[in-house]
Amino acid sequence: MSALNTQANIKGPDEFYAELLSVHEGLSKAESDALNARLILLMANHIGDREVLSQALRAAALKD
Amino acid sequence: MSKIFEVPLYPYQRSADQDQATPVRHKVVVVGAGPIGLAAAIDLAMQDVPVVVVDENDKVSWGSRAICFAKRPLEILDRLGCGDPMVDKGVIWNLGKVYFDERQVFGFNLLPEQGHKRPAFINLQQYYFEQYLVDRVRQLQAAGKPIELRGGNKVLELSQDETGADLTIGTPDGPYRLKADWVIACDGAASPIRNMMGLDFVGRVFEDNFLIADVVMEAEFPTERWFWFDPPFNRGQSALLHKQPDNVWRIDFQLGWDIDREEELKPENIDRRLKAMLGEDISYELEWSSIYTFQCRRMDRFHEGRVIFAGDAAHQVSPFGARGANSGLQDTDNLAWKLKLIIDGKAPVTLLDSYDAERVHGADENILNSSRSTDFITPKSEMSRIFRDAVLDLSERYEATRPMVNSGRLSVPCTYDGSPLNGPDCEAMPERTRPGSPLVDAPVPGGWLLDRTGFGFELMTIDETAPDVVDVDGIEIKRLALASADDADGYLKQRYLGDAKSAVYLIRPDQHVAARWDHYDETAVKAAVLKAIGR
Repeated sequence: MSALNTQANIKGPDEFYAELLSVHEGLSKAESDALNARLILLMANHIGDREVLSQALRAAALKD
Repeated sequence: MSKIFEVPLYPYQRSADQDQATPVRHKVVVVGAGPIGLAAAIDLAMQDVPVVVVDENDKVSWGSRAICFAKRPLEILDRLGCGDPMVDKGVIWNLGKVYFDERQVFGFNLLPEQGHKRPAFINLQQYYFEQYLVDRVRQLQAAGKPIELRGGNKVLELSQDETGADLTIGTPDGPYRLKADWVIACDGAASPIRNMMGLDFVGRVFEDNFLIADVVMEAEFPTERWFWFDPPFNRGQSALLHKQPDNVWRIDFQLGWDIDREEELKPENIDRRLKAMLGEDISYELEWSSIYTFQCRRMDRFHEGRVIFAGDAAHQVSPFGARGANSGLQDTDNLAWKLKLIIDGKAPVTLLDSYDAERVHGADENILNSSRSTDFITPKSEMSRIFRDAVLDLSERYEATRPMVNSGRLSVPCTYDGSPLNGPDCEAMPERTRPGSPLVDAPVPGGWLLDRTGFGFELMTIDETAPDVVDVDGIEIKRLALASADDADGYLKQRYLGDAKSAVYLIRPDQHVAARWDHYDETAVKAAVLKAIGR
């Protein structure tokens, strides 16, 4: 069974973080919320594994 | 021109029962001559159980109402001898389109699986559906079957003890009394019987209104289901267009919660909505309009002593997914054979507990699916709307999120996983035909598998020998012998054998799988039959 990777896993974390912020530049709060939602859905689909997704949802809720 | 639903089909006629000094006792009284009540009565009468249907009206239902009938109910109707007129008249459809704002987001094809007699869905007005059922009642009467349909008969009072129920029936000639060993209440979501008995009907109320306009028009639209989220002609709400026979189109507008019903139902306001949707130059005739709200709720259990509830009387869902009438027909499919065995003294009365267990399971599945559709169509919070819109926006470009788009998860038959009636499973065989599942149709020599089964227990063997008849305490189990040599297209292998070399399936009278093995074992079969009848 696969587990959510909560270790650092992105090469170039500063670049990723900057890119994440940059797609929100100039957007209204509503546009940013919509973008975040689309991003979550695309990433969730990419992960696909239901168990990993459930773990991520719990981890994001700071409940584990 | 008068429409079908304006013509009395079973007008009140004085019954001899009304002139008796002591109330006449009947085996089964069905309350309500809607689709579910009629199906229940036909099912019982075909098994020679005498049945009287009482209904306060004398016509089929007013307006189209339920319009979408799924494959499993059509198979049940085939067993009841009235599938053909429904399918011949109905509109068969497979394609759907989803719109968001001004854009088409995507189209889908239900891609019906090959090797089935019946299509995935037909659209048919409820009044035709009921009319064909009434036709079937008349046919059975002509053949001498014990079925009676009494229009203008309204149940006023009901009481019961452990042997049956006492009913007071109101008629144009005044009230009379009846006794019944069993009462089946198919009297709709507002069930007067349920109310008389003071039984709970709890669940979730959805704060929303929907306007149905069924219009007759010569339109060029294809036979597809079109669904709009937040379209320009109905901002912030949804809409649906779906074809029925006779050029009748179902148009459904979501209205929201705070509305003026009378105002919305005025023809000039419906006209304004239709023109905004379909163009200023459309010409149509409004056949039926109605505003509905809905709830998702069910009774705790579906029988109380000698009174059994079926259809909307027992459980109610939103219309998204066509799970109302379709699930009601699965109720009576589940009930009729059990009641027959109980009445014949071959099964204990406690077999009815399995009706509760199996159909409550079905109702919960329907309520869950229907509630989820409703939450997608009408987001209940700001974040819920943000995600809903994100799913729709992405779906225009990517396949990834299309499976999440939920404009109604269309009714599929229920598998009775965990039912107390289920016997042994064989793991080498396909999951879709595990115990509790409805049979999956397949072509067999001389016709279709589902046409070869029903009403009695059967032992379906594939490449395995077994006796032609097995008797279990007076219940005859007939063998249906199939062979993979006759299975050129591989349907039996795909649907029943899987990795097994041979198969023995015990099939219930409602065409559900009770148990299965890879070889015949008389002791095991007998034990499974007893389990399947609650002994």
